[in-house]
Amino acid sequence: MKLIAAMSGGVDSAVAAARAVDAGHEVVGVHLALSSNPQKYRSGARGCCTIEDSHDARRAADVIGIPFYIWDMAEEFHDGVVENFLSEYASGRTPNPCLRCNEKIKFAAVLDRAKGLGFDGVITGHYAQMRENELGRVMYRAQDPGKDQSYVLAVLNSDQLAGAHFPLGDTFKEEVRKEAKKRGLYVANKPDSHDICFVPSGDNAGWLRDRLGSEIGEIVDEAGNKLGEHKGAYTYTIGQRRGLGLTVPADGGSPRYVLKIEPKTNTVVVGAHEALAVKKIVGEKPIWCGPVPATQTQYRGFAQVRAHGAPLAASYTHDGESIRVELDEPLFGLATGQGLVIYDGDRVVGSATVAQTE
Amino acid sequence: MTIYLDHAATAPINDAAISALTEQVKKLGNASSVHNQGRAIRKDVEDARHLLSELVGCNPSEIIFTGSGTEANNLAIKGFYWNAIASNPKRKVIVTSAFEHHAILDPVEWLVEHEAAEQILIPITKVGVIDLDFLKDLIANRGAEIALISVMHSNNELGSLQPIAEVVKIAGDIPVHTDAVQSFGKVDFDFKQLGTTAATISAHKVGGPLGVAALILQRGLDLTPILHGGGQEREIRSGTLNAPAIVSFAAAAKSAIENRVANFKKVRELRDYFISQLKIAIPDLVINSVSDPALPGIVNATFPGTESDALLLLLDSEGISASAGSACSAGVPRPSHVLLALGISEADADASLRISIGSTNTKEEIDQVIKVFPSVVERARSAFVVNGLN
Repeated sequence: MKLIAAMSGGVDSAVAAARAVDAGHEVVGVHLALSSNPQKYRSGARGCCTIEDSHDARRAADVIGIPFYIWDMAEEFHDGVVENFLSEYASGRTPNPCLRCNEKIKFAAVLDRAKGLGFDGVITGHYAQMRENELGRVMYRAQDPGKDQSYVLAVLNSDQLAGAHFPLGDTFKEEVRKEAKKRGLYVANKPDSHDICFVPSGDNAGWLRDRLGSEIGEIVDEAGNKLGEHKGAYTYTIGQRRGLGLTVPADGGSPRYVLKIEPKTNTVVVGAHEALAVKKIVGEKPIWCGPVPATQTQYRGFAQVRAHGAPLAASYTHDGESIRVELDEPLFGLATGQGLVIYDGDRVVGSATVAQTE
Repeated sequence: MTIYLDHAATAPINDAAISALTEQVKKLGNASSVHNQGRAIRKDVEDARHLLSELVGCNPSEIIFTGSGTEANNLAIKGFYWNAIASNPKRKVIVTSAFEHHAILDPVEWLVEHEAAEQILIPITKVGVIDLDFLKDLIANRGAEIALISVMHSNNELGSLQPIAEVVKIAGDIPVHTDAVQSFGKVDFDFKQLGTTAATISAHKVGGPLGVAALILQRGLDLTPILHGGGQEREIRSGTLNAPAIVSFAAAAKSAIENRVANFKKVRELRDYFISQLKIAIPDLVINSVSDPALPGIVNATFPGTESDALLLLLDSEGISASAGSACSAGVPRPSHVLLALGISEADADASLRISIGSTNTKEEIDQVIKVFPSVVERARSAFVVNGLN
């Protein structure tokens, strides 16, 4: 096959590209320039958006011996990911930009361009497994549970997955590093990337305040009594306990948690841990990563609501517009806007965006 | 099979240059040393300087060897600027064409940002040459403030030769520098006859090695150096002389000049053939490059509805090497400032390629390129449409 390898400059995408070459594919490396004003050097453990990273990617491609180009996706990234991130926060939801990036950039803008140019698909260094079986071409969790990234890929529909290749899904991260070293890829020891790539300081709240303003608002209890003030409701996360700066103690001295964020009134509602309990989740805009389950039928499976969250045993149904999940055991702290991913064992069934919780 | 159509970026090293380089690199000695090894190297370097001066049409002492064309351009821009403001602080204006290479534009911009220089760009006419009337008016109005005029001898993306002799005439006492890296060895170039104060030439554009170039600088002029040290090259450019590269540079230039007329004719014919065939293969293309007076081998064309990085990727996958505009520090392709200066829209500039033919290319290669071009353009267009829908 003719494949585009999306190369971030990190060890995973470099080894993924090299494996695809070994497998006999015609591979062309592409680094995505996602920022119109990139930083020169990496700071901390961020790993894909600096000029240094693009040089690392080019160096890896040269060592592997494949052509390498830089594709300017800054505009697409800004419109599809950064703007969405801001508007979601401004509406009081908690988005996951990595999900959006996979959905709108890597397996949309990049995959479409690759296909237009005559390529068959896109390779990334994500940890997930594509398998062909009686269900078709479907996605499973990675072999390495510590690195599994199927959660952030669950936004890909069957068409997108048909062009997606994840050569690292069957390997543990440590093995990938060893392999990189053996292949002479000097990114072998490069640290893993964390956090949000377009927030170079790592200070998410500060970054949001700079863009959405820092209007002072009230922190209230469930009855509406004012307990304190905050600088921008959207910088809080449901379930957050630290950094509330409350001086009025709760009854019985138990800690308070963020229960709700109300962007219209710029209010943060806090309360006891028990009030965070969620048993029912409604997710909207479902995306199916394989066969579409029958509507109005109850299935058993697992729900996951965070990139590295635990799979939670649950029953689910859907009506085409939304997915309703009933958890066996309550979950504490879930924000609207988070990704809801449904698994059948290790297979990714599909995903939706959390719209309501009970 | 690979087909190299990027000769304006760098040209293949010629046989004369290779043998001069490989012989010289074996020799021990620093040209600045007084002992016998030093003297022997010194003689080789000065013989090369002498030979090169004959080929350039200058005095041997007017050649200042540098490490690159970029360095020679920086030396000229900064050196003339510093000289000018030292003698008269009002002379802060640096005039260049709008479509100079970045090795001219960027040092000027640096002086604007750091040393209060003022940059004035001469606009480009529709036929790809500088607007001489603009320059005349400028000199009439602000001549006393101008530190330096720098206009390239020929444009590297359009091929158009610039009216340098006219510039010299209009400039009067104002120093004129010309970046002649694309012209030297390809078209008629004689420093004395041209009359500029300074000129830049580079070895790797004429079949010589990388890492050596020269600023040709009129005698009696002392530029403020950028590199200070051993005082080599009239104390204008310190640094141990790179004897192997210098000797090889002269050998390459000799070969290029000896074959210049024949090569010009051959390359010009290939270029004209390529353009005529390309127009048939891609009927809606627009040729931006200039046919005459121009460098022999430059073709610049817009392929509407494409993106140049897609075209380059697809040509590369067919083994064909061409180029487009320039890239920012992150490697992101940017529309060519040369085409923008010519008045071409950003979208069209983004859809343009430069193909530069050299004397080692053949008609068979051109035929092969023409054969794959329609499918390359078609795929680039479908990738662009797909992208546009997102």
